[in-house]
Amino acid sequence: MMADNNGVDIKIEKRAKEDRFQAHDYYNIDELLSEDHLLARDAVRTWVKQEVSPIIESYAEQAKCPMHLYKGLAEIGAYGPSLPVEYGGGGMDEMAYGVIMQELERGDSGIRSMASVQGSLVMYPIFKFGSEEQKKKYLPKLGSGEFIGCFGLTEPDHGSNPGGMVTNIKDDGDAYILNGAKMWITNSPVADIAVVWAKDEEGKIRGMIVEKDMPGFSAPEIHGKWSLRASITGELVFEDVRVPKANVFPNVKGLKGPLSCLSKARYGIAWGAIGAAMDCYDSALRYSLEREQFGKPIGQFQLTQKKLAEMITEITKAQLLVWRLGSLANQGKATPAQISMAKRNNVNMALEIAREARQIHGGMGITNEYPVMRHMMNLETVLTYEGTHDIHLLITGMDVTGLNAFK
Amino acid sequence: MKLLVCISKTPETTTKIALNEDGTAFKTEGVQYIMNPYDEWYALVRALELKEAVGGSVTAVNVGSAGNDTIIRKALAIGADDAVRINAEPHSSLYIAKQIAEFAKSENFDIIFFGKEAIDYNGSEVGAMVAEFLDMPFISYANKLEVEGNTAKVAREIEGGVEVAEVQTPFALSAAKGLAEQRIPNMRGIMMAKRKPLKVVEAVDFEDQAKAVAYELPPPKSAVKLIDPDNMEELVRLLHEEAKVI
Ligand SMILES: Cc1cc2nc3c(=O)[nH]c(=O)nc-3n(C[C@H](O)[C@H](O)[C@H](O)COP(=O)(O)OP(=O)(O)OC[C@H]3O[C@@H](n4cnc5c(N)ncnc54)[C@H](O)[C@@H]3O)c2cc1C
Repeated sequence: MMADNNGVDIKIEKRAKEDRFQAHDYYNIDELLSEDHLLARDAVRTWVKQEVSPIIESYAEQAKCPMHLYKGLAEIGAYGPSLPVEYGGGGMDEMAYGVIMQELERGDSGIRSMASVQGSLVMYPIFKFGSEEQKKKYLPKLGSGEFIGCFGLTEPDHGSNPGGMVTNIKDDGDAYILNGAKMWITNSPVADIAVVWAKDEEGKIRGMIVEKDMPGFSAPEIHGKWSLRASITGELVFEDVRVPKANVFPNVKGLKGPLSCLSKARYGIAWGAIGAAMDCYDSALRYSLEREQFGKPIGQFQLTQKKLAEMITEITKAQLLVWRLGSLANQGKATPAQISMAKRNNVNMALEIAREARQIHGGMGITNEYPVMRHMMNLETVLTYEGTHDIHLLITGMDVTGLNAFK
Repeated sequence: MKLLVCISKTPETTTKIALNEDGTAFKTEGVQYIMNPYDEWYALVRALELKEAVGGSVTAVNVGSAGNDTIIRKALAIGADDAVRINAEPHSSLYIAKQIAEFAKSENFDIIFFGKEAIDYNGSEVGAMVAEFLDMPFISYANKLEVEGNTAKVAREIEGGVEVAEVQTPFALSAAKGLAEQRIPNMRGIMMAKRKPLKVVEAVDFEDQAKAVAYELPPPKSAVKLIDPDNMEELVRLLHEEAKVI
């Protein structure tokens, strides 16, 4: 048995042989993708097979974050692939970003979260709203994985309703004094910088970059998660933190700042969820052909076939949804409401497939011999974060009726 | 150093092999293709390492139709500087070798890299044939390569041991496991590959001397027979009469 520096036992031999994943492309959607998309997809798929699959069950089981993968994700180019190269990104299009997220989440939703947060929730707002100095100072280091970032929007008493936040800043000459607390923040305990959203004295939401060693700032870890166990989550606590004015985003005020970042990340999640679903389906399909009961493979029973047939149908529909969404995003035309629909549909699809796949695996389905239960537990977070399942439904409802059912 | 890496396209390793009705060809429908792993993981990467150490350039060459461009692009994404596709159906080892030799003869490559075999037809022939056409030494199954000036030391695995050869450039070799470690292209490499030159040249006329006339699939694997540990005689009988191994 080997142990890494985080004290995690990694049973490499045991898991390494078991990633037998094969992709499923029932409608030849590959033909709709370009050469770069296919190369990007295959590169990340290979990386996941080599770097994630052999270790992920051990890390998830022990609720430890595979810290070395922050650098690995940077090397492969998973942080902000659709941001310009001069700002630490990959210069690729939105479709490439999508297939990369799909492949990462095929490995684990927590690993995909590490990349989503860094790229879409930290690099993107700095790129979009930051000053030239902020971009030069932070983006290359974030792109190369030298810095880890986190995104603080949610508060203990303000989740679905971030506009009600109480974290605030007060003008103090060349700095603002930041007070308040954020909750459920991916990466926060290990982050070098936090993109934090807080209200100014006029009640307008402002974004700013808080560095980890600023006095009064701490980021305790949240323990006891049964979901996204390989991704580290924590709080952000600000007690009279002096944030230089140079760290505040000059180019955005109001809720549209954080919401535009969330649109980016939700877009990636709509793709990512397909990865988790494909992994569950792939495992279930293989198991159904290998496992025999009553003298025949369980895949020969109609009830198993119903499950499998419905799974691949739903995956195919979801693939077409994100392909179209990706085309719109490439033209800059994907609306937040369209992204909400895809996030909600695809994550729910993945969670239902994980549950059905779990049943096909019988008792084995609850063990870490198969990836299914881990995906299922992860997807419970994915269903809730970045806008809950129900909130996205209300967004669609509001979009089609013009009536706001939130409040 | 001017280095050439010959890459081929092979079916993905999990492909289920099927033949056409009269058994004269492999059925290509629905098959996913990859770069031949020996070319990608070992030949190409060792060439890139050499270039990184001593300078020069790495060219990738493939004999094939436009459908091979994705695989060639991958070689560029991993780090080759430029690529050439010789536009022809690669129907036999000799034909492929002739095409590569014709392209390479005026280019003065110092080392020409091949994989030890292509994982589809397992010929292990093209490298030796190209070397013969170009009248240069050829070393097969290389798993170690060190170069100093114009002299290279190449180790190759032989039954029960290792053989070390010394050779002067220019020469050709075929790469076996151990020569280098796989490199996964990153997103930046993939984007840079779009701007690297991929030249398409026409093939020269060449008559094949031999032709594959039939393919057969191996007999299906038979089921496992379990024998009672007390029944050693039966085990010996089966090994002798059925498996014919003793
Ligand atoms: C592992 C993990 C990582 C996370 N990472 C981050 C991060 O990096 N940064 C960040 O800022 N946040 C993060 N979050 C927070 C996440 O975005 C919130 O949990 C989410 O927005 C929901 O907020 P809440 O948990 O406070 O639930 P609540 O908002 O309290 O919702 C509880 C329930 O009430 C429902 N509900 C709420 N309002 C309405 C309404 N108007 N109509 C109908 N139903 C309603 C919800 O749909 C839900 O079912 C993370 C969460 C988790 C679990």
